[in-house]
Amino acid sequence: MAGGSAAYTGVDFYDMDSLLSEEERAVRDTVRSWVDDHLMPVIGDCYIEGRFPKELIPGMAELGLFGANLPEEYGCAGLNNVAYGLIMQELERGDSGIRSFASVQGALVMYPVYAFGSEEQKKYWLPKMAAGEEIGCFGLTEPDFGSNPGGLITTARETADGWVLNGTKMWITNGSQATVSIIWAKTGDIDDAKSIRGFIVPTNLPGFTAKDQKGKLSLRASDTSELHLQDVHVPKDAILPLSGGLKSPLMCLTQARYGIAWGGVGAAMACFDEARSYAANRIMFDKPIAATQIQQERLAEMLTEITKGQLLVLQLGRLKDKGTMTPSQVSLAKRNNINMACECAREARRLLGGNGILIEYHSMRHMANLESVYTYEGTHDMHSLILGQEITGIAAY
Amino acid sequence: MTYFRKRIDMKIAICLRRVPDTTAKIVIGPSGVAIDEAGVKFVPNPYDEYALEAGLALVGAAGAGETVVVGFAGDSVQETLRTALAMGVDRAVHLQGTPTADGLANARVLADHLRDGGYDLILFGKLAVDDYGQQTGVMVAELLGLPCATAISSLSVDGGVATVTREVEGGVENATCALPAVLTCDKGLNTPRLPSLKGIMAAKKKPLDIVPVTVGESRVTVVSLAMPPERAAGRMLGEGAAAVPALITALTTEAKVL
Ligand SMILES: Cc1cc2nc3c(=O)[nH]c(=O)nc-3n(C[C@H](O)[C@H](O)[C@H](O)COP(=O)(O)OP(=O)(O)OC[C@H]3O[C@@H](n4cnc5c(N)ncnc54)[C@H](O)[C@@H]3O)c2cc1C
Repeated sequence: MAGGSAAYTGVDFYDMDSLLSEEERAVRDTVRSWVDDHLMPVIGDCYIEGRFPKELIPGMAELGLFGANLPEEYGCAGLNNVAYGLIMQELERGDSGIRSFASVQGALVMYPVYAFGSEEQKKYWLPKMAAGEEIGCFGLTEPDFGSNPGGLITTARETADGWVLNGTKMWITNGSQATVSIIWAKTGDIDDAKSIRGFIVPTNLPGFTAKDQKGKLSLRASDTSELHLQDVHVPKDAILPLSGGLKSPLMCLTQARYGIAWGGVGAAMACFDEARSYAANRIMFDKPIAATQIQQERLAEMLTEITKGQLLVLQLGRLKDKGTMTPSQVSLAKRNNINMACECAREARRLLGGNGILIEYHSMRHMANLESVYTYEGTHDMHSLILGQEITGIAAY
Repeated sequence: MTYFRKRIDMKIAICLRRVPDTTAKIVIGPSGVAIDEAGVKFVPNPYDEYALEAGLALVGAAGAGETVVVGFAGDSVQETLRTALAMGVDRAVHLQGTPTADGLANARVLADHLRDGGYDLILFGKLAVDDYGQQTGVMVAELLGLPCATAISSLSVDGGVATVTREVEGGVENATCALPAVLTCDKGLNTPRLPSLKGIMAAKKKPLDIVPVTVGESRVTVVSLAMPPERAAGRMLGEGAAAVPALITALTTEAKVL
């Protein structure tokens, strides 16, 4: 492997393992091995080529990575939320793009079907999605409505036998390869955010087109697309009956952000691991650069921040499993851990010197990826504002 | 011509050891005759994983049968047995006791348990990567009076006969043996599957029987353990083509390999 580093064994300075159950550790180790064996050998090429490794989907489905915290009766693994978080951590240790794929499929597509769908919708869609036979995307963001999705202008108008959808969605992960999309649209007045409803829209319907976003310098091993819906007719039962208002898509985002907070830890751990091993092996001025105070401080800072981030998401996961986790607690973790991962990736890249800009090493790929993660699922700034509102009771956005 | 392949009910036992992860940093414990297990990650013995995969694949292909994983060790082996259950093995037996340094004494414990199990195949790894004993499988075969093929790198079973390949010096040996038989498994036999997440959840509900056992007197005593001498650090002779003359000199005069 790059940098002559030994097998990846994670980062566990505070004996976090002792806080995990045997199953949670087994899940983590399984996904870690899968990432080692299947993702690491191809990720560099995929990133350079700007290609999502589709060929890995069946293997991911077979392991049970999609919607893993949803119940077994719908073909899912029925894991607790800590085990689910560990999956996201390990996937993002490989690449944020692959974690994004799993986040979208599980938290943004399967979750809304599970939370807002009818029993028939759940029985029909969830097993197929868990098996990777149906690939989903989540269409909320629009060209003019990013941080304020409540303003969206995609419409759904009721007809005699169903609905007609019109609008444009932007920055949609998995958009061009999805077989089905969850589209958020207004059924009422364009100013009425309460009329936002979710629709299950197969992507092969007439009037539905997806175009890949070209020229991305981040998250290159993930498809990001623009969706156009022009008079797309869907049947009556395409609507998610229990969805209602902006709150519904935001509930999905809370699920995804929860996993992303874990993912940040994974990406940071990958960078720390690479930096530590590189520092030990790179000889400059006749001694390893690890023997210099500046690089030691870099590593000490990274280890400190990673350890804090680990404790944060573990407790968040325990709260989620207890059913008391709040959206602003998730905002704090997403904001902290992704910012932390961005910092670690940048410092690791710098420690690696010239080699740090090469695809053979991982830190710069993570660094570039994490800029997307910093921006999507609520920008860092928006989470500051959510926390600000939580603290002061005053919305500043 | 069509012919119906008889559905065969294969019953397969796989014996499993728990060993330190090969990437773990090993420290010798205060006793001087055992390693310090604190902070060391333990995994299924890699060669036993080939045995597990072989057993699961055979029963899977036959469409009927049972796989049983057997571990003779202290209580910590139960986690490893559950890993096997998560991979798909039907049930586990923990022979609860403390193995000794005497391979034969340990093999007797396993053989006594396996004798009346009605197994068509008993599979082992060719060795355990911690102590490199390479004894257990063959000794169990001997104690049970069963044929044994060691270090197999391919396996097929048809009509009560196992056909195996063994890597031997400079070539391969193809052999057959009638079931029931004992086989020890080598690298190359297969690619062990990962436990699926559903498998990990299902493992909790599968039977894991705990059978206390007593092991006979050990006639082998470990006197001491020592770490291998540290390798001297490498030396950079230069970079690229410019380094070649210095490298050739070093290989001829120092390493004396040219
Ligand atoms: C790779 C990628 C994948 C994505 N995948 C999906 C997907 O699958 N589905 C989906 O629906 N969306 C997706 N998105 C969209 C993403 O959620 C949005 O990009 C994000 O919400 C920000 O919106 P914007 O890009 O329009 O930026 P803007 O909202 O225009 O923000 C620009 C800047 O202004 C700041 N800002 C905005 N409002 C305020 C304020 N009130 N006060 C202070 N500062 C403010 C922001 O923090 C940011 O720095 C994806 C984005 C990316 C980059």
